[in-house]
Amino acid sequence: MSDTALGAKPDPHVSGDDPNRRDFIHIAAGAAAVGAVGALAWPFIDQMNPAGDTLALASIEFDLSKVAEGQQVVVKWRGKPLFVRNRTPKEIAEAVKDDHADMRDPATDESRHKPGKPQWLILIGTCTHLGCVPTFGGGEYGGWFCPCHGSVYDTSGRIRKGPAPKNLAVPDYSFLSDTKVKVG
Amino acid sequence: MSGHSSYEPKTGFERWMDMRLPVIRMAYDSVIAFPTPKNLNYWWTFGGILALCLGIQIVTGIVLAMHYVPHVDYAFNSVERIMRDVNYGWLIRYMHANGASMFFIAVYIHIFRNLYYGSYKAPREVLWILGCVIYLLMMATAFMGYVLPWGQMSFHGAVVITNLLGALPLVGPAITTWLWGGFAVDDPTLNRFFSLHYLLPFVIAGVVALHIWALHVPGNNNPTGVNVKSKADTVPFHPYYTVKDGFAISLFLLLFGSFVFWNPNILGHADNYIPANPLVTPQHIVPEWYFLPFYAILRAVPNKLGGVLLMFGAIAVLFVLPWLDTSKVRSMRYRPQIRPYYFIFLVACVALGWCGAHSPDDPVIPVKSGFMLLDSDINSYVWLSRIAALYYFAYFLVVTPILGLTESPLPVPESISEPVLSHPARGPLETAAASKKG
Repeated sequence: MSDTALGAKPDPHVSGDDPNRRDFIHIAAGAAAVGAVGALAWPFIDQMNPAGDTLALASIEFDLSKVAEGQQVVVKWRGKPLFVRNRTPKEIAEAVKDDHADMRDPATDESRHKPGKPQWLILIGTCTHLGCVPTFGGGEYGGWFCPCHGSVYDTSGRIRKGPAPKNLAVPDYSFLSDTKVKVG
Repeated sequence: MSGHSSYEPKTGFERWMDMRLPVIRMAYDSVIAFPTPKNLNYWWTFGGILALCLGIQIVTGIVLAMHYVPHVDYAFNSVERIMRDVNYGWLIRYMHANGASMFFIAVYIHIFRNLYYGSYKAPREVLWILGCVIYLLMMATAFMGYVLPWGQMSFHGAVVITNLLGALPLVGPAITTWLWGGFAVDDPTLNRFFSLHYLLPFVIAGVVALHIWALHVPGNNNPTGVNVKSKADTVPFHPYYTVKDGFAISLFLLLFGSFVFWNPNILGHADNYIPANPLVTPQHIVPEWYFLPFYAILRAVPNKLGGVLLMFGAIAVLFVLPWLDTSKVRSMRYRPQIRPYYFIFLVACVALGWCGAHSPDDPVIPVKSGFMLLDSDINSYVWLSRIAALYYFAYFLVVTPILGLTESPLPVPESISEPVLSHPARGPLETAAASKKG
């Protein structure tokens, strides 16, 4: 850069001067570029979030009469397994008995089902550790056992042993009638 | 790419080109005349092998993408179609799948060679960091590629790995939903993984170009770790190292071929030939062999966030290694005190991989000791991985910084040539050996 060699008309702009029109152009252009990139960044990030049709499929209805006592039906909801379990009185009793046991994520059994319907336990069937699907009937608490990293849940789906930090999640659902629930 | 160029254009075309875009000069300076230490052993051939691996993955991958369908309903079947119906599809897919394993074998040898000979030390820190970046990109690419066939292992592997990020406080769940593009691993996830799996190898190629550039500024390290002092210490890259690398590549391809043609599925999992089922997780879920050590570190910690942080920390620590190492001597050839620690480190890494392949609660020695320590039996893979993981970190964070200050290294040779040509202890021995042979 040898602007001095051009000589005849030296650049009137010397650093340290008050902002002049050229500075204004530089700052305005820079700010516009940064603003444009910033404004465009969000659409390019947000496009990866769930799309409208994905969100639209987010709730399902399920007929409970298909599930016999002591049985569990696994349905797919939001791409994940949903456990719909018709609990036996023995399972309920075991869950209530342990309400005040030492737990990682303390919760009473009552808080995990709808009032007056203790036999219906509806849970999101993904282990709260890393998302594997626990199998029913494994582990020493009569509930679920995760084959991936050995988390053990009781008959209320509460975490009792292993690396998972939280109980199996209870989704938002409501009873439309005695035999029909809407999940999501 | 740096320093004096000895290229002289010979033909009219070369002179014409040299004035406009001196690519022939660049190629000549970096792969023909490039002065290379004359004592590089076969551990130095893995750079060339790795370049070949990347080339094979890109070529086979582009071909596979011509036949693959990134949709949850078609992905599995399109891969089976490649295997059964596409002409030579089986060969190309087996090259690609086993090529990933070969790539990792080569990169692990390359990394351990670096650690032994101190190649990461000044002035090669940036070269080393770029290598770590390539390794990270390789892991991301391999993981996303493994998801594409949409088998049981693909799917549940993707579930487990994406859920790792869910361990982050506050932002975790939002990030996993964002990665998935839904509420679980599903079609949007498969689509974006395919897109990124196609993109990342070219990003790797770009970083490899920077890696080679950063290599050619200071030049190669060498088994003595001593800087090149004069022209007597070097030979031109071609034909000396093109031939040596070429020979090593031939041997490496024999290994590669033995997997592709005789044992194409031995490094994979049978479960991945079952189409993905989001409602059932395979009984025994493990990642590909090259991720097993990190998987073992993850499971060694009984806390979700802690395990994730330690696992990423195991890679992060590599980035700062040049500043953790306090020793002025590069090559461990002259650092007898650290050598046993280095070899135990190798064993610890292999042990971690071995632990990663087993269930945490299984006994290591097939007898129940019945002795519980904290949460697990002392004779279990979880305790073995805890010990090995502890050593892994101790090697970088304790042994490397402290030993560099307290050790007494052996005398380092004056130059690369000196120990061969004039070392008083070596001279007579080698002459004797030579005369015996003769």
